[in-house]
Amino acid sequence: MTNSPATAAPNAASKPIIQLRGLQKYYGDYHALRGITTDIREGEFFSLLGPSGCGKTTLLRCIAGFEDWSAGDLSIDGANMENVPANKRPTNMVFQSYAIFPHLSVAENVGFGLRRARLPKEELNKRVSEALDMVGLGGYGKRAAHALSGGQRQRVALARALILKPKVLLLDEPLSALDKKMREQMQSELRRLQRQVGITFILVTHDQEEALIMSDRIAVMFEGTIEQLATPQQLYRRPVSRKVAEFIGIMNFLPATVSRADATGIDVEVVGLGRATIAAEQCPAGAKTGAASVGFRPETMTVLYDNDPVPASGQIVTGTVAEVVYFGDMTYYDIKLDGVEKPISISMRNVVGRPVLERGAHARVSWDNGALVLFC
Amino acid sequence: MNKGRGFRVYAFVYLAFLYAPIVLLPIFAFNDATIVSFPLTGFTTKWFVQMWNNAALGDAVRNSLIVAVSVSILATTLGVFAARATTRYRFPGQAGLLGMIMLPLVLPDIIIAVSLLVTILQLGISLTLKTIILGHTLIATPFTIAILNSAFQSLDRSLEEAAYDLGETKASTFRLIIMPLVMPGIISSLLIAFSISLDEYIIASFLGGTDNTLPLYIFSLFRFANQVPTVMALGTILAVLSVVLLTIAEYFRRRGIARAGGKDTGGFL
Ligand SMILES: Nc1ncnc2c1ncn2[C@@H]1O[C@H](COP(=O)(O)OP(=O)(O)OP(=O)(O)O)[C@@H](O)[C@H]1O
Ligand SMILES: [Mg+2]
Repeated sequence: MTNSPATAAPNAASKPIIQLRGLQKYYGDYHALRGITTDIREGEFFSLLGPSGCGKTTLLRCIAGFEDWSAGDLSIDGANMENVPANKRPTNMVFQSYAIFPHLSVAENVGFGLRRARLPKEELNKRVSEALDMVGLGGYGKRAAHALSGGQRQRVALARALILKPKVLLLDEPLSALDKKMREQMQSELRRLQRQVGITFILVTHDQEEALIMSDRIAVMFEGTIEQLATPQQLYRRPVSRKVAEFIGIMNFLPATVSRADATGIDVEVVGLGRATIAAEQCPAGAKTGAASVGFRPETMTVLYDNDPVPASGQIVTGTVAEVVYFGDMTYYDIKLDGVEKPISISMRNVVGRPVLERGAHARVSWDNGALVLFC
Repeated sequence: MNKGRGFRVYAFVYLAFLYAPIVLLPIFAFNDATIVSFPLTGFTTKWFVQMWNNAALGDAVRNSLIVAVSVSILATTLGVFAARATTRYRFPGQAGLLGMIMLPLVLPDIIIAVSLLVTILQLGISLTLKTIILGHTLIATPFTIAILNSAFQSLDRSLEEAAYDLGETKASTFRLIIMPLVMPGIISSLLIAFSISLDEYIIASFLGGTDNTLPLYIFSLFRFANQVPTVMALGTILAVLSVVLLTIAEYFRRRGIARAGGKDTGGFL
C-alpha cells in the first residue's frame, strides 16, 4: 500500500472526508482490524473489498458508530469521532437487510430521519417525494413498506438514508440480496446516484466485479488490514501481491529467477517464457535478485494461428491446448507451455474467419514484456 | 376414499370428548331444575339472576380480576425484560439461567405451592391476594417469556440500528420502532397470563388465606346441591370469555407476524 505505483491518485486534490489512523478492533481475543490507516476523499465512490470475515463490515460499523474501536483514531470531516454516537454522526447507512420499518408506509420510512427536524408538513412531503423521485419510486409513498419487492426496498433504504444529506453514505453489501439482473441494474443506478448527489459512498462488497464496475477507488482487505488501495485499473494491472492478484480476476503465475535488479527495472528468467525485462513500476519496491514469481492476465497473451506474423513487441513460446471453452464472443484456453507443468489460462476475443484451436492442438503463444508483473 | 377414514373418526371422537361436557354447561344453565340431569324440564334465566345477586360470588370475581390483572402486567413486564435480554445480549450462563426461569413450566404446581407457602410463612408474611399474585406471576412468567421471546426474536436488529442511525435516541427508537413491532406479542402475553391466573386453583388455595378467588369459590359451591345450576351459569359465561380471550390473543399474534412480513409457524389457533 505504501508502494507508489499501487496508490491511486484520481481527483487527488479533493480533501479527505474520513481519516483513519491506525484503527484497531478486538472482539475479545480476536483481532478483527489490525491497524487501518487511510484517507477517504470527499465525493468519491470508495469500496471495501475482501473475502468473508476480513473485517469489512466491522470497519464500516466503526465509521457508522455502531462499533467502538480498540485503538487508533477516526475522524469525519475533520472532527474526531471518538465519543460521537451513531445518531450524531454525519453518516447514514444502507443495511444489508435494508431494515425497512415494516409498520410504516414508504413515505413514513423515507421521512423518518426528518422527524426530529419538525418541518412543516408541506416541506416534509416535498422532501420525501423528491427523495422518492430520485430513486425512481415517485408515487409509491402511500404503499405499505412490507409489501415491496427486494429492489424497491433497496430504493426506499437509499432514499431514507440520502434524505438527511449525510456527508458519507455507508452501504453494507447492498446488492447481495438481489437477483443477477436487478443487481446489475442497481449497480449502474447507484453509480449514477452517487455522481448526482456528490456524496462520498463507501461500499462494502465481496464481489470483485461489483467493486471494479462501481468504484473510484478500492481498498482490498485481508485479515483486518488493507492490502492494497488503488483505482480499479491499477488494481487489475498492477496488484501488489499474489493474494490481491488472485482475488481480482484471474492471473497466471510462473516461477522466475531475478538476475539483475536496479532502479530502471529487473532482468528475469521466467520458466516457460525465457528471458524478460520488467519495468520498475511493475515490480515491488526493493526487489532483489533470486527466486520470485511473474504474473500476467489471461488476455495479455495471444494464441497465434499458422500464418500470423510475430507481433513487434512480442516473443513467442509453444505449447499444447489442454482445454478449450468456447463462449460466443470469447474463447478460453488452458495451454500447457513446453517445460511448464501447470497449464496457463489465455482468453481470446473471437474474430470471424479465425478458427478455434481444438484440445490437444499445438499452439504458438505470443507474450508481451509490458504485461508481466513481478511478485516476490 | 377409505384412506382418511380412521383419522376422521378419531378426530370426531376427540372433539366430542373435548367439547360435549362444555356444551352441557349452557344446556343446564338454562334448565329449570336444581338437579343436573336429563330430561330437561324447561327454560329459565333464573340461575343467571341468582348468580348476579350472589355477594360472595361478586367478591370472588373481584378478587380474581385483581389477581389476574396484576399477574398479567407483572408477568408481561418481567417477560419483556427477559426476552429483550436473551435476544439482544450474550452473557455467560445465559442458557442455564433461561432454563431455570422456564422450570415452573414443568414443575408440578402443588410443589411450587407447598414450597412457596413454607417460605412465606417462614418470612412471617400474611397470606393475602398479594401472595397469590406472587405465586401466579411465578407460573405465568415462563409462558410470557416464551411468547415475548418469539416476538423479540423476529425483530431484525438492524431496524433498531437504522432508527438510531437516522438520528433517534435509544429511548425514542424503543418507542417508535420496537414497541409497535412487539405490541402484538405484548398483548397476547397479557391475555395468556391473565387466563392462566384466572383459573388457577392449587396455588390460590394454598396462598390465599381467607381470600377466595373464583375457582376456589366455584369449587366450594359444589358442596351445596342447590347451587350447582348457578355454577353452570357461571361456567357458561367463563367458557364464552375464554374463547373470546384466546381469539383476541391469536388475532394479535398473527397480525404481529403479518406486519413484520414473516411466515406463520406455530401459535394457538
Ligand atoms: N460481534 C462480534 N463478536 C465477535 N466476533 C465478531 C463480531 N463481529 C464480527 N466478528 C468477527 O470479526 C471478523 C470480521 O467480521 P466482519 O463482519 O467485519 O467480516 P466481513 O468482512 O464483513 O465478512 P462478510 O463478507 O462475511 O460479511 C469475523 O471473523 C467475525 O467472526
Ligand atoms: Mg460483512
